[in-house]
Amino acid sequence: MAETRPVVTEPVEAWITGIGLASSLGEGPDAHWEALNAKRVNVDETSFAPYVVHPLSPLTYDAQIPKKGDQRQMEAWQRIGTYAAGLALDSAGVKGNKDILSKMDMIVAAGGGERDLNVDSSILNAEAYGSATPSYLNEKLLNDLRPTLFLAQLSNLLAGNIAIVHGVTGSSRTFMGEEAAGVDAVRIALARIADGQSDIALVGAGHNGERKDMLLLYEFDNFNLRDKHSSVWDRKDHSGFALGSGGAFLVIESKAHAEARGAKPFARLKTVIADRARRKDAGEVTASLDKLWTNLGPLKQDAAIITGATGAEPATSEELSFLKKHADVAVRATGTTFGHAVETQFPLGIGLAALAISRGALYPPNDSTGVEIEMSKPPSQIVVIGTGHWRGEGMALVEAI
Amino acid sequence: MSATRDKFGRPIVVVTGMGVATSLGAGKADNWAKLTAGESGIRTITRFPIEGMKTTMAGTVDFVAVDPFSSTDLSEKLGEMVAEEAIAQAGIGRKGDFPGPLFLAVAPVEVEWPQRQALAKAAGANTDINYDTLLRAAGSGGFTEYHRRFLFGSVADSLADTFGTKGSPISLSTACASGATAIQLGVEAIRRGEADAALCVGTDGSVNPEALIRFSLLSALSTNNETPAKASRPFAKNREGFVMAEGAGALVLESLESATARGAKILGVVAGCGELADSFHRTRSSPDGKPIIGCVNNALIDASMTVDKIDYINAHGTGTPENDKMEYLGISTVFGELAKTIPVSSNKSMVGHTLSAAGAVEAVFSLLTLEHQRIPPTINYDVPDPAIPFDVVPNTARDAKVTAVMSNSFGFGGQNASLILTGEPV
Repeated sequence: MAETRPVVTEPVEAWITGIGLASSLGEGPDAHWEALNAKRVNVDETSFAPYVVHPLSPLTYDAQIPKKGDQRQMEAWQRIGTYAAGLALDSAGVKGNKDILSKMDMIVAAGGGERDLNVDSSILNAEAYGSATPSYLNEKLLNDLRPTLFLAQLSNLLAGNIAIVHGVTGSSRTFMGEEAAGVDAVRIALARIADGQSDIALVGAGHNGERKDMLLLYEFDNFNLRDKHSSVWDRKDHSGFALGSGGAFLVIESKAHAEARGAKPFARLKTVIADRARRKDAGEVTASLDKLWTNLGPLKQDAAIITGATGAEPATSEELSFLKKHADVAVRATGTTFGHAVETQFPLGIGLAALAISRGALYPPNDSTGVEIEMSKPPSQIVVIGTGHWRGEGMALVEAI
Repeated sequence: MSATRDKFGRPIVVVTGMGVATSLGAGKADNWAKLTAGESGIRTITRFPIEGMKTTMAGTVDFVAVDPFSSTDLSEKLGEMVAEEAIAQAGIGRKGDFPGPLFLAVAPVEVEWPQRQALAKAAGANTDINYDTLLRAAGSGGFTEYHRRFLFGSVADSLADTFGTKGSPISLSTACASGATAIQLGVEAIRRGEADAALCVGTDGSVNPEALIRFSLLSALSTNNETPAKASRPFAKNREGFVMAEGAGALVLESLESATARGAKILGVVAGCGELADSFHRTRSSPDGKPIIGCVNNALIDASMTVDKIDYINAHGTGTPENDKMEYLGISTVFGELAKTIPVSSNKSMVGHTLSAAGAVEAVFSLLTLEHQRIPPTINYDVPDPAIPFDVVPNTARDAKVTAVMSNSFGFGGQNASLILTGEPV
């Protein structure tokens, strides 16, 4: 929506009123809560061996994407995201509410580009065997690419599909740029609400980690976890991440808007901040996280941390140096359980934080290194951390209401 | 209410620096001279073999060398050029120390064919190539630069380093509306008081074989290959598709208060931004035009302006049968009788469709229109379409009194964005 209201001086309070999660652990808050408490991890060490991935738990796509034609127009990453977005709208109780959806902001953090691996391979093969003419690439692509594949590859078409399938049309913005895109999507959505520019926003991401073309991008610099799953804090032998499939969307709205429609909040989204260390020298990530932590302001005794630490180095060791300064705060790493869902990791962390706050408990640690400690009291504040494997640092503060 | 705030009490956002590069050339002066002379930058592609292509021309930027070619490398170089020009004009900050955030409209990034082929070569001749062999070759350690290059945040990362922008740079895509969205994000950040200045860049160097073929497969491109300069025909009856093009545009935005305080020359005002998404179809607009109408209205409301205050519309005007028809429906619905007389021209008739950059490139051209009081034409307008009775400023530039310009951008995925640019605060 256009910004038509006067400037407000005090930030408008924002609540998380909808959570949509679909991942390797299943879908919805109950399945996730049960699995996290059971310390269940769903990992696949064979299908993409030597690379480890966290596969998507099978979804009944018809439940959120009723038209088969819509499903066919999407590749997996878009289907996962559109599905999770639908869960979030259901969770907030706004699914199908045209009045609200037509004014709802949408910010999606997206990668894109699922390729047709067979077409790529056949072209490269012909070239490798010297049987390709100069126009071979053109002809093969023209003849063999599915005409609508482009639309399944375009980054902004996850948002486009959410508009088509769920009718969210107030605005549509897609941020790109790996982990930082997930942080900035939530940051801007909150900033617009806090400033009175918007009343309600759908924000999140979808990621398909079961893709060889995505593994390839990270394999260029040896970022893929190999052979065997382990805690993100325990990857001394081979640093890196196991890509994870999943979608995480949130409905964030002003307190007044939520109250007016009788919506029940999971938690308050107090702050989202981000920065970008240049990472030229050792210690810059730690310093960046120190600064963000300070900027969050004083935290309560019963605060906890949910981090999207990737397992990539040196970022993870630098984050650990930061965490050690707050050793009394219970930490949970989503990367161990869900793998690395890149753009999705930060919205996922916020969703889990809001869930934990609404359930009045932090789920148990799943780590033998001692980084993650038990927390018996209900957390009233959870800091969500997103440290990019290569660039970008972000933090969110999620609070009990 | 002080003079540095708009009617909503928000900081007024002004432009203090601009940069542009297109197939017509580098920089504002060259582009403006050629644009107002009605020159076309569209030519037959020489960058790669065109045998077998349905479309063999584009508005490529050939004066910037990139070898081996990747669209991401060219986007980065173009983004650097225009950001440098804009920052130099604004005279803001110090070299490598821009005092605000970066908002970058950039095409989605992926590993491209020259790099894929290099990888296959490294896998060894006469080896069966599939993604498993590519993965093994990638793991050899010889291609670490490809990781940096083909991250989605790659171009923004480099620009943030080069220009020293502050905070987390945002790379965004709203398809062919991206450039306008980048400007809108900058405007919003300044209005919220988060920043006194913002660097908004749109860049696109996408003319590679696969990108061209992708648009061909959607039947979106002109196939008038024999006379490239005549291929892009917005609003004409014989229009039959857009022409892919490359380019970049950059704006330095500042709060009026901050720009005035440092004595900067004010080039124009971003008076309003509007957006609205369309849920009708992945590539087509809602037949009732409501999302476009709503988007344009949102921009007017945001600028506290009525249609009679707009002197010129810098159209999206891609030259596809669908876009131009829908744009007429939207504009004529909002502007009523005025739609018959207000000048509406399309820069894309000359520079082609610069995709992710278009909104930023056309914002620069809109501001230059305000500066020079001269409206660039819609060239190749030889066969008027009776269904689109716009005054398209046919074929020849026109001097005119212009105080406010509306610049529209529409994109695949239901993206609509409109900007209103004025010479003075509203």
